[in-house]
Amino acid sequence: MPYQLNVNRKTVTVDVPGEMPLLWALRDELDLKGAKYGCGVGMCGACTVLMDGKAIRSCLTPVSEAKGKIVTIEGLAENGKLHALQEAWIDLDVAQCGYCQGGQILSAAALLAEHPKPTDAQIDEAMNGNLCRCATYIRIREAIHQAAEPEKKMEGVSHATV
Amino acid sequence: MQQYEQLSEQMARFNDALQATIAGFQNPDAGLESVRQSAPGAGSLGRRSFLKLAGLAGGGLVLAFRLDTGKADAESGAAGNHGPSADQELNAFVRVAPDNTVTIYSKAPEIGQGIKTAFGLIIAEELDADWSKVKVEQAPIMPKIYGSQGAGGSTSIPRGWDQLRQGGAAARAMLVAAAAQKWNVPASELTTSASLVNHPGSGRKATYGELANAAAAMPLPDTATLKLKDRKEYKLLGKRYTGVDNRKLVTGQPLFGIDVTVPGMLYANYQMSPAIGGTVKSANLDEIKKMPGVVDAFVLDGTGNPGEVMTGIAIIAKNTWTTFKAKDALKVEWDETNASKDSLTGLALQAKALKGKLPAPATNIGDVDAAFASAAKVVEADYDYGMVSHVQLEPQSTTAWWHDGVMEIWTQTQQPNSGQSMVMAMLKLPQEKVILHQMRAGGGFGRRLQNDYVCQAAAIAMKVNAPVKLTWKREDDFANDFNRVGGFHYLKGGLSKDGKLTAFQNHLIGFSADGNRPVAGSGRSNGCFPTDFAPNVRYALSNLPLMTRCGAWRAPTDNVQYFVSQGFMHELSTAGGRDHVEFLEEWFNRPPAKEVVREGPPGQGTPDPSQSFNPARAVSVVKLAAEKAGWGKKLPAGRGMGIAFSWSHAGHASHAVEISVSANKKITLHRIVAVVDVGPVINLSSAEQQMQGATIDALSTAMNLEVTVENGRVQETNLHEYPILRIADAPHVEAHFIQSEFRPTGLGEPAYPSFAPALANAIFAATGQRVRTMPFNRLGYSL
Repeated sequence: MPYQLNVNRKTVTVDVPGEMPLLWALRDELDLKGAKYGCGVGMCGACTVLMDGKAIRSCLTPVSEAKGKIVTIEGLAENGKLHALQEAWIDLDVAQCGYCQGGQILSAAALLAEHPKPTDAQIDEAMNGNLCRCATYIRIREAIHQAAEPEKKMEGVSHATV
Repeated sequence: MQQYEQLSEQMARFNDALQATIAGFQNPDAGLESVRQSAPGAGSLGRRSFLKLAGLAGGGLVLAFRLDTGKADAESGAAGNHGPSADQELNAFVRVAPDNTVTIYSKAPEIGQGIKTAFGLIIAEELDADWSKVKVEQAPIMPKIYGSQGAGGSTSIPRGWDQLRQGGAAARAMLVAAAAQKWNVPASELTTSASLVNHPGSGRKATYGELANAAAAMPLPDTATLKLKDRKEYKLLGKRYTGVDNRKLVTGQPLFGIDVTVPGMLYANYQMSPAIGGTVKSANLDEIKKMPGVVDAFVLDGTGNPGEVMTGIAIIAKNTWTTFKAKDALKVEWDETNASKDSLTGLALQAKALKGKLPAPATNIGDVDAAFASAAKVVEADYDYGMVSHVQLEPQSTTAWWHDGVMEIWTQTQQPNSGQSMVMAMLKLPQEKVILHQMRAGGGFGRRLQNDYVCQAAAIAMKVNAPVKLTWKREDDFANDFNRVGGFHYLKGGLSKDGKLTAFQNHLIGFSADGNRPVAGSGRSNGCFPTDFAPNVRYALSNLPLMTRCGAWRAPTDNVQYFVSQGFMHELSTAGGRDHVEFLEEWFNRPPAKEVVREGPPGQGTPDPSQSFNPARAVSVVKLAAEKAGWGKKLPAGRGMGIAFSWSHAGHASHAVEISVSANKKITLHRIVAVVDVGPVINLSSAEQQMQGATIDALSTAMNLEVTVENGRVQETNLHEYPILRIADAPHVEAHFIQSEFRPTGLGEPAYPSFAPALANAIFAATGQRVRTMPFNRLGYSL
């Protein structure tokens, strides 16, 4: 049946069974591929989207329950201006394969909304549901700090001696 | 049993093919011959045009294949995609637009190793391009033009190094020649910098964009006339660069194979036998076909090759979720008469029973028995390690479309060349009738050296009158991985009175599908256990039968056998009362019984020194790790430091780890130092990422990861049973590079193998307990 969703500040209609996870409505029906399928059981966080500002697992959220304002990674930048997290992610070259990073950034966005200057412990707690198989965790932490406190711009993550 | 034997044979052949492919990765790519050809879009491809990627309004990725026009037109609306007519292709790697944008084609698959950025930089360096105006695009899969286009074995950089630099230098030479002609001055008076040709004598300058038309008409330069830069002349290489696709990644653009959309496409899932080799006796296909949204369901007999298509059931539906839902409702009665009955617990018992039952040695150097008899000390230890899964985060998927007599495929493989060949062989199609589009991969780790999912999608698409996207569930990935195989080692070492290693024996219990040829990832790692390990050396191999599919997993064989050899080395140095760094140094500089070289493909002549074991490089990485970590300093009570070495995939590496361990075996990581020598670094940011990522991957896997197999079935089904390390447990990793004067080699794998033994040695230093099994959580250790 048709469901009205609010996605990235637009109202859209999807004609799907209400039990279909939001993830698949976004990907297959609305052609928004930013939310990724990783495990389907809420364990990896690749499917993370924001609903009313909270990070949720779209693979576990039926379309019938997706009644809030949804923001996907495609909609995080507004009017062409990247979110500070997206800028930091580019600046610090966080991604390796990049598959999980949309979900990571959205979980971080929800964290910053609640804790504008998070500690490492707050980052670890908020981000622990987002798996990165390439293990980019060191840079994820640094990028969140940089986005939160750009005045403390990281001088490179590296301890590299060359 | 006959069919079971057939499966064994298929499995063994499949393993041989995989090993041959991995060996083939060590051939350098062709030189300028391939560069002399034009990139896609040029007339050289004849009437059959190539695909263009275009982001259409609405954000979908649409890839359109034009059979009819003979033109490689992009779909309209392409963001930043300019038509080929305005650009000039100088060769297969370089295209220059009038606005001075340089497009570089990266020929290798991007799987998270950063190769697209690295290849762009290598070409841009020799081209003297302005990096801020460079775009890097995935080159089409065209082995006739580009040569091998795989990603595996950390070989992309060493294989491509000459070819890519020549590609950049050749394009630069043509731009210089064009300027020389335009200004009527000798080319030798011209210089280049940041996409400009300069004539210092007259102060004249021209952008590459301005010169592109004339340059394209210049004759292709002779390789011999190209002067490649000395390292000191580099302007780009060695600094930090953000990945070329990062902006697209952080804004959720559809880059990955699983993101492909082809208009009118359907969706598929494929159910295989839970134990490999089973066949379908019956299934409730009629019920499945009646489910809303399901379009079709049918049995595929498959090819019987575990690397291609095994018997199973395809479900076709209008969206991915419906295929998953139908799969949950699918009831199949499998005939498992000839299927795998593997039990890893049973095989472990068999392996234990083989202790002391040494088969005829595969290698016997010196007089091992005499050396043990006269040794001042003899050390014996048993090591083992379990099976692990890849769990690349993007599940397997492939989109395939059978149309106009052509099989067109979009996929994220590490081996597009063999993927194309396998589909050609399976469908009996010539090369021009199988087109494979390489997409970005959400992780590889060796899993995508296999093309089973590519073959499945192609086989399914032959029976579906539409483009079809096959997507595996995560559970399918666990059930049908090509796992890293486990193994057992019975070791014995002899020491002289002054603590020198005099004799060594390694009895490896490995696995084989046919009782003879080891499965991929089994068999002795020649790097970990070189034949000149000691003056007297004996190796023996026993094989246990295994049907479970195994394959290459980040740093195959080295990823487990350095844990064994470097842990045992520490046991020996400890027994001999020696300083471990000094003991390692002595080992590196041991008089060679036989030169240790990277074993390349047969008949390839002298091995490349940059890819060979080098004692001086080995000493330097261990010494730097020791120095940075403060090896030998007095540590607070309860702390311990471990150090280990590896030479893997041409890279010399060392880890030093400082830890403490609580009474309930909880490990606190105080410091991790990682050092590699892979020659000059291309992109420091990406190189550091590979060091840190490989180290944390090694930590995660060594501590906690294992799959088990019973009755032919992998028991773990999803991430709740496979606790990959998360951010809260992620330590900081210091990355240090020794940029020696050797040619650069790859870094996807070298920083992995030395971590686990360094951690095990640190646990011993902190607690006095040896860790001789992986994962370490078998002994109760946790992070």
